[in-house]
Amino acid sequence: MLKDEDRIFQNLYNDSGADLQSAKLRNDWSGTKDILEKGREWIINEVKASELRGRGGAGFPTGLKWSFAPKEIGSRPHYLVINADESEPGTCKDRDILRFEPHKLIEGCLIASYAVNAHKCYIYIRGEYFNEGQKLQTAIDEAYKNKLIGENALDSGWDLDIYIHYGAGAYICGEETALLESLEGKKGQPRLKPPFPALIGLYGCPTIINNVETVAAVPTILKRGAKWFSSLGRPKNTGTKIYCISGNVNNPCNVEEEMGIPLKELIETHAGGVVGGWDNLKAVIPGGSSMPMLPKEICDNIKMDFDACVENKTGLGTAGIVVINNDQDIIKCMARIARFYKHESCGQCTPCREGSGWMWRMLERMAAGEATPDEVDMLFDVTKQIEGHTICAFGEGSSWPVQGLIRHFKDEILERNKFDPVVKKQKNIPYLVDQHLLEKENA
Amino acid sequence: MSVKKIHKDQPETFEFNEKSMEAVNKIVSNYPDGRQQSAVMALLYIAQRQHDNWIPLKAMKYIAKFLDMPYIKVYEVATFYSMYNLSPVGKYFFQVCTTTPCMLRGAYDLVKVCKKKISEKENELSEDGKISWMEVECLGACVNAPMMQVNEDYYEDLNDKKLEEIIDTIYQNKIPKPGSYTGRINAEPVDNRKTLLGNKNA
Repeated sequence: MLKDEDRIFQNLYNDSGADLQSAKLRNDWSGTKDILEKGREWIINEVKASELRGRGGAGFPTGLKWSFAPKEIGSRPHYLVINADESEPGTCKDRDILRFEPHKLIEGCLIASYAVNAHKCYIYIRGEYFNEGQKLQTAIDEAYKNKLIGENALDSGWDLDIYIHYGAGAYICGEETALLESLEGKKGQPRLKPPFPALIGLYGCPTIINNVETVAAVPTILKRGAKWFSSLGRPKNTGTKIYCISGNVNNPCNVEEEMGIPLKELIETHAGGVVGGWDNLKAVIPGGSSMPMLPKEICDNIKMDFDACVENKTGLGTAGIVVINNDQDIIKCMARIARFYKHESCGQCTPCREGSGWMWRMLERMAAGEATPDEVDMLFDVTKQIEGHTICAFGEGSSWPVQGLIRHFKDEILERNKFDPVVKKQKNIPYLVDQHLLEKENA
Repeated sequence: MSVKKIHKDQPETFEFNEKSMEAVNKIVSNYPDGRQQSAVMALLYIAQRQHDNWIPLKAMKYIAKFLDMPYIKVYEVATFYSMYNLSPVGKYFFQVCTTTPCMLRGAYDLVKVCKKKISEKENELSEDGKISWMEVECLGACVNAPMMQVNEDYYEDLNDKKLEEIIDTIYQNKIPKPGSYTGRINAEPVDNRKTLLGNKNA
């Protein structure tokens, strides 16, 4: 288990209050000016050396992302955008940072905007987190009052304004270019990349977009040194991470742990074990609903970091761990996730808009045992037609969980779905033909 | 993307009142000159709060004029995002999360209670016209599942009995205390906390 002193978010459970005074006791805003005085290059190199990877799901190296911002401010201003549109089912880590560690985030915003030459920072918070946003606003007001941000922040000569922008309940706005569209006052439909936001982003200006947890971790990394951070976990998967453990466990909780902690240890130690004991475990979704699930055999040994998850054909994502035990109907669980994606598809690309509905309807039928055995392969085919054929990663996010289900629980689906249609013998029927027509003579 | 119905009875006029106007001016100033369109989402939300929790078409037209942008663009935004109500909802608007992490812990029991105690169908007002409810997608408090949102407050770690109590309290015109209903503090593991104990006991 990680030592308490190595935890970045000391106030994860709000033991000591989120106000500036308490935050200062936790070492926030100490030596921030010295960090800024060491210069942009030092900051970016230190973040690179720490091997910090984005905590929002994709795991892109943060230092590298910052280095994409133009070195000098040209004719267009630079922007820093913080992605607090946390809507991935199973994930609720950013909420606790916004509520209880807002000063870590604001301090991180100052350092990050200095590193990427931005004078303006927008924090995009999902609309449902209204109260959390108010708490962050209180902290921002405190910071302005104490001249920690604003004009000539901390006497460093750097100006920074931070604004909060509320979303209004669209999951897709967590995708960075959809988020920018939404910030510009349009409906949140993702843009084609390239051009990447680092060069052409918000209002056509260079924009760096980071997740809340990433930015909030930066001040501590710079204060304690990249060496400390990279000594935790293993190479390329360094540091600590907030894991959200939900579902069928005895004590669901958020907990900050070292990267690469075994999944079993995480669940047994912190979440009080699976309801009904470890043997009652059916499957685990390791990284928020977009990531393919893992059956018990893999859960026994897997370590929770980016690369270990990829080796097992899944992903760490946002580290929102959803535990499903044997008391649950696994097909029904996935059908509900498919419904989530059907509801949240932005409607821009056809494969995703139509396909997400197909997947949901097929899974609902499979859960009810009304599908034919061939439809399982057909469903897999549909997921393959969506994946990689859309503008943003939503296509992958919606089809991977279904692929995960079919990969690991195909037998179970087949066992339940023995429905024999009338057209059984006509093997050459393309599946797009309405089957009820085929039953008639005139078909 | 959800299908939204525009309400049949639309008011004749809409204008921001003084309190809303103050908030509006502050928000518009957050964005660079000429980029006032960015404020459209916030303005729609302010209009919704001013107008009994739903947005009439007149308000969209008014906002379009106010921000100097085409009406259809405002309409597009208002219909795209799920948090804008385009027809009346109850004064107390229950949103029950039923996405998988909540479902695993019994979110559909909460739905049953809502059907019994509020209205048989979603988006219908209760008998006294105060409450309406709907199922929503993940609200981002999965560790505290099952949970729901009433207007802006989160009610966490619920079960059917506790929800019945909450609804009864609201029928008596009192607002129940938001937060966890098992007495736990925020997102810490109940009776099983192994980390940051020094802070807890300090």
